[in-house]
Amino acid sequence: MLRYALLRLLGAIPTLLLVIVLAFLMVHAAPGGPFDDERVLPPETRAALEAAYSLDEPLHQQFLAYLSRLAHGDLGPSYRYRDHTVGELIGSAFPVSLKLGAMAMLLAVGIGVTAGSLAALRRNTALDRAVMAMAMTGISIPVFVIAPLLVLFLAVKLQWLPAGWSGNEGPGRFVLPVIALALPQIAYIARLTRASMIDVLASDFVRTARAQGLSTLAIVRYHALKPAMLPVLSYMGPAIAAILTGSVVVEEIFGIPGLGQFFVRGALNRDYTLVLGIVIFYAALVVLLNLVVDLLYGLIDPRIRRR
Amino acid sequence: MKQARKTSLSLVFLAALLAAALSVVYLSRGGPADQAAAASVLHRGLLTDPESVDPHKARSVQAGEVLRDIGEGLLSYSATGELVAGTADEWSVTDDGLTHTFHIREGARWSNGDPVTAQHFVFSFRRLVDPVTAAFYSQLLGDIANAQEIVSGELGTENLGVEAVNDRTLVITLVRPTPYLLSLLTLPSTFPVHPGAIAEHGDAFTRAGNLLSNGAYKLDVWEPGSFLALSRNEHYWNNAATAIDEVRHHVVTQEMTELNRYRAGELHITGSVPPDSFAQVREEYPEELHVAPYLGVYYYGFNLTKPPFKDNPQLREALSMAVDREVLVTSITGRGEAAAFSWVPPGVDNYEPRRFNYADQSQSERNAHARRLLQEAGYGADNPLQIELRYNTSDTQQRIALAVQSMWREVLGVETTLVNEEFQVLLSNMREREITQVFRSSWVGDYNDAHTFLSIMEGGNASNMPGYADEEFDSLMRRAAEQVDPGRRRLFLEEAERVLLAGHPVIPLYFYVGKHLVSSEVVGWGDNVLDYHYSQHLSLALSDATP
Repeated sequence: MLRYALLRLLGAIPTLLLVIVLAFLMVHAAPGGPFDDERVLPPETRAALEAAYSLDEPLHQQFLAYLSRLAHGDLGPSYRYRDHTVGELIGSAFPVSLKLGAMAMLLAVGIGVTAGSLAALRRNTALDRAVMAMAMTGISIPVFVIAPLLVLFLAVKLQWLPAGWSGNEGPGRFVLPVIALALPQIAYIARLTRASMIDVLASDFVRTARAQGLSTLAIVRYHALKPAMLPVLSYMGPAIAAILTGSVVVEEIFGIPGLGQFFVRGALNRDYTLVLGIVIFYAALVVLLNLVVDLLYGLIDPRIRRR
Repeated sequence: MKQARKTSLSLVFLAALLAAALSVVYLSRGGPADQAAAASVLHRGLLTDPESVDPHKARSVQAGEVLRDIGEGLLSYSATGELVAGTADEWSVTDDGLTHTFHIREGARWSNGDPVTAQHFVFSFRRLVDPVTAAFYSQLLGDIANAQEIVSGELGTENLGVEAVNDRTLVITLVRPTPYLLSLLTLPSTFPVHPGAIAEHGDAFTRAGNLLSNGAYKLDVWEPGSFLALSRNEHYWNNAATAIDEVRHHVVTQEMTELNRYRAGELHITGSVPPDSFAQVREEYPEELHVAPYLGVYYYGFNLTKPPFKDNPQLREALSMAVDREVLVTSITGRGEAAAFSWVPPGVDNYEPRRFNYADQSQSERNAHARRLLQEAGYGADNPLQIELRYNTSDTQQRIALAVQSMWREVLGVETTLVNEEFQVLLSNMREREITQVFRSSWVGDYNDAHTFLSIMEGGNASNMPGYADEEFDSLMRRAAEQVDPGRRRLFLEEAERVLLAGHPVIPLYFYVGKHLVSSEVVGWGDNVLDYHYSQHLSLALSDATP
């Protein structure tokens, strides 16, 4: 398995290189530059700035310089945040996004799986229909609608929870963003679990288990849950991607200093190095997560491991 | 083995479920967390992070907001916008207006207790113009002897016309009288930096902990994208008069989020008010909403280097006259903006803006006149004019563009194609002047003097977006620059504006306003045209309901 993991990681290098080249070309192809403003810089000042950041060199030289710095783990200085390096910005933003994403994921899996299983066990009852109706709603309403509504009711009207991020030190500030981020995933996972659980509960080995007199809880716990989880697990990859991209919106709305917000601001400000840094970081993360999901898959289903 | 893995997997799963359940329990918990803050903490909204807290590397309005709390120039402003003493307590100027002498006050101290000296200012001004620093505002002090040559790399920084006669006396030598020099010396770009801190920490001297400030506050924490936390600088010369102990500038990029945070009681002062909620906010917080004239103009510019607007002032005037600005400011922007009939906004010190000839006409008179002008310019029913209007993507810009488009169509029969572009794309198109025809832009004054508006229209100025180049205008500006007497200088500047308006390189649409929500607990707030609000001038009325 270690060998497999290493091979997969090696195989990711060309992918990452391609991502770097494309991202580098795309950010530099976008019109405008990092120092453009309505207050246009006098030519001398502009030249001094471009020289300070080596932007006056030919593009291929800038690229090679970038690659060589990258090889040393240096993502370069940010053009917009002139007191910070890209590495520092990602270093401070990623833990925030990670916490947010992990909590949302945990919440989504926990509630989604529980609700889905319950719905499957009480198939065609009021409970089942209620869960599925809620799931449908959750899938249909976009994050940028849910989030402001949550803020309006829970933070502004009822004042139970903070409306924003900074200055609210407690864990309370995570609550609304996590819910906003998790809701669509809860809905999706609940539907997946229900469908898959219904399949599994109808299979022969469950019937055998019932015939042996096992309780429903024991059947679900020891026999049905694991196979029923396979579709959910394979959905984890897309779910993580959805939470990463969803967090761009949620971070904007709640003013959370996560990667998503820096990514959006970086692109708008033509902060070349910041955008590149985050793209590379995201790409590496997605490659890694895909690998982890594949390995987990093998762990749960021995048939896959043997192949 | 198999059994063991099975058990461990189940355990992992149980743990995940448990964690999820815990978070659910946690979610149902009510009450804002950790809201108990000391009474003298001021929470302010900031629409973006500063680029830098290095005064020489900063540029944005927001950076200025923070820097005015942690630094101080030779001069400063009062809460209501009057020029007052800063780090210098006395200053004088020679009769020819070319030599200024400043006395640094005895009590001026850095946050580590070091005295602020005249040498520190010399070091800092040299650093500002040094090409190596790559300061955005390197040309701000362009009127100081040799500054231009240093910025362009022809001379070394030691040639700058700034001299420390002794620790307390600073002499600035100018190449031309610059009456607005004093207001320049309030700007963050002219704040001193501590040479020792730079020598010790290099570029990292701006880090919280390393940064030495000579203002009322010092920087304790900066979490980019989140907040900057400042606390009282005990060594500040006017510390005894500073009421608020800690200031938090919260970075809130969305105006709507900022408003919600204000409503939730998390901010004392907002950086803005969202356009869509303005009417509602005015009803909700009639006492707390502060709207005041601001030194900024929103304008449409013409590309004067390409047809159809090149050498066609009648056409430009016709389009300018046909825009009903009152409709724009009442029905579209609606935040108290003033219709613009001049280039320089009202409220500028020692200046009376000139106005368009048609300013006193009614809109229907203007429309009739505009139609005649359009005909004279060679356009009409048989030769309809088709133009393109570019603006940056945003709701407000779009609504204004749509309104102007329909005014031009109804009054003049001009067909306007609207093109919205991302801001950076628009900027680059405006600068290149290749494909632009009419474009949206704006200008915000750097200092309280008509020069900050008029000078950008001088031929060759980098921010002269229309490419306006007029001999008469340029020569009036040059003559104004030579005047020592403020009254005579003012006449030249006003005449220059008259020439500018007659040439119609731009359509000023409206003048900006500063707009903030200021909690009723905040005492000492003053509205002013510069929209500067130093935290050191504010205090908080004691109340249990502090954010």
